[in-house]
Amino acid sequence: MPGKKIRILVAKPGLDGHDRGAKVMAHALKDAGMEVIYTGLHQTVPSIMKTAIEEDVDVIGLSIMSGAHIPISKKIMEAVKEEGLDDVIVVVGGVIPTKDISLLKDIGISGVFPGGTSFEESIKFIKENVIN
Amino acid sequence: MGVAKYIKDEKDRIKDVVLQSGIHVKPLYKEEDLQNIGFDYAKDLGDSGQYPFTRGIHEQGFRSREWTTRQYSGFGTPRETNERWKLLISQGQTGLNVAFDLPTQMGYDSDDPMAEGEVGRVGMAVDSLKDFEIAFKDIALNKIGSGLTINAVASIMVAMYQAVAEGYGFSKEQISTTPQNDILKEIVGRGAWIFPVEPAVRLIGDVIEYSVKEMPRANPVSVCGYHIREAGANPVQEIAYAIQIANAYIDNVLERGYDIDDFVGRFSFNLDVFGNLWEQVAKFRAARKLWAKNIKEKYGAKNQKSMFLRGIFGGGGGGLTKEQPENNIARSAYYALAAALSGAQTMALCSYDEAYTIPTPHSALISLRTLQLLMDEVGLRDTVDPLAGSYFIETLTKQMEEKIVEEMAKIDKVGGMVKAISSGYIQKEVSLQAYEFEKGVQNGELIKIGVNKYAGGEEGEVELHEYTDESAVEQIKNLKELKRTRNDREVVNTLKALEKATRDKVNVMPYLVDCCKAYATVGEMTGVFRDAFGEFVEPNIF
Repeated sequence: MPGKKIRILVAKPGLDGHDRGAKVMAHALKDAGMEVIYTGLHQTVPSIMKTAIEEDVDVIGLSIMSGAHIPISKKIMEAVKEEGLDDVIVVVGGVIPTKDISLLKDIGISGVFPGGTSFEESIKFIKENVIN
Repeated sequence: MGVAKYIKDEKDRIKDVVLQSGIHVKPLYKEEDLQNIGFDYAKDLGDSGQYPFTRGIHEQGFRSREWTTRQYSGFGTPRETNERWKLLISQGQTGLNVAFDLPTQMGYDSDDPMAEGEVGRVGMAVDSLKDFEIAFKDIALNKIGSGLTINAVASIMVAMYQAVAEGYGFSKEQISTTPQNDILKEIVGRGAWIFPVEPAVRLIGDVIEYSVKEMPRANPVSVCGYHIREAGANPVQEIAYAIQIANAYIDNVLERGYDIDDFVGRFSFNLDVFGNLWEQVAKFRAARKLWAKNIKEKYGAKNQKSMFLRGIFGGGGGGLTKEQPENNIARSAYYALAAALSGAQTMALCSYDEAYTIPTPHSALISLRTLQLLMDEVGLRDTVDPLAGSYFIETLTKQMEEKIVEEMAKIDKVGGMVKAISSGYIQKEVSLQAYEFEKGVQNGELIKIGVNKYAGGEEGEVELHEYTDESAVEQIKNLKELKRTRNDREVVNTLKALEKATRDKVNVMPYLVDCCKAYATVGEMTGVFRDAFGEFVEPNIF
């Protein structure tokens, strides 16, 4: 659907407060023409889902540096299914060891962007894979 | 990490160098440069130990006293942390720098659902005085000072530190603690905030006031330009924001009827060291001068000691890379050199594996040795402020000074730091800088060895500190045991008294000491504050 802006939720689950990466990505996504909603820090899975539904987003982007990306992603994907958000894709960025990328994909995460991924690559992926 | 832009001509010769603070470096500096900036030795520098302290706060510099080495450490349970500390002390470390896990930093007990998966992960889990008793066992608290990396609940940890010391026979007058106790920088850069700005700043003030009255050796606030820089700020913003944050705390204490000379001499700073070597040295020299001027001219201090910018200059995590991690050992050594050339009181380094996880004993020891060999092998103790008088360094110091003053004026214009942070102005500035920086790295304008230049090659092997939930299980078991065996009535009574003091706007510190001694938990004490203050809501900056 040309002309329709992609709406993306940039979310920081957990207690970790290092949001440099999340904010930098938010700026980059905005510059790429997307509408960015940033949750702020210390979010739980239910609070992220609530915002995602209220804001009617196309993409949920999780920023996770704490090492807890697997359990958090599992919970998010379960919640996405429960809410029936079939047209929402979920991507994950942050400190993600290479060996965990396939595990995250198995859980249902569409794209994984470990630290060092270029803006170009992440933006291209989102534009090509967004469902609407 | 390369933080200067190098503009080159077609023959790869450098045409221009632009430092992160926007200053252009010339190919040659001469005597006339000093004339152009109106350089005046007495006014701009003075001897070391003399106002405005550009050259250092102590006349004899490192000759009279080595810098303190204070590696950041702590993980898992208090028992594991105690073992690591004893190792570092036996290896010549002269102070502790306590790392707390995230639940503790956020005021949650280890058995709180919000703590799941985080207990003991990035620091030591502390639920009650019981944990401090284990962590500080057999450590001479009258000799070893402790930095406490805690902010939102710094008041609780300082009270607990007093409680543990007294339990082990040290009086509160004997002990030396340096809590970070800087909540404004958490809101800007590190994210471990709980309460809204105003009551959060009041708690900072409570710790300062109490320390000044009761704990003469404490350094009750460590103003952290460090984390603001790590979040993306440039070196000019790092210093400008740090000074303005310090001023916000000063104003809070002055409102309580104190004189500036009563307390500001106990302030210290935590500043970052990565980046262009010259820019860093100039930054620290300019910072010392501006802080002294700020305290003397703005606040009218009389005592010279009030004007000292004392600090831990170190870390440098923002410069380290995940790629080719062993390179970080060399990088950190250069960063330490910047700190040593700048007259740091205390130094610490991030370890080479910290882009992955918290350091192993091996990597922590390499960092400690890096600092020690700088002190004993290459001559950094020989003379004070060795770069002084350099046409380049003096010009750069003056230019940095001017830029920092400009940045500080912007904050005054929006009504001071509390307002600038409440509105999100600072957070936006910092995140935009971080974005620009990342763009520079991605398009190759900013050079990062092993990342966008000389990348690839063999993958380095990093031995990692493994996190297991065994520590969490042990911690939660101990907490349950504590709750079963402590005197509940005493807990309830001390918490009630704390609640009353909180609402009556009385200094909460003595009440927190009582709560700690009754083995009230960190979550219970924080709960009193949460009920009274509510929680901070982040301003939207996008």
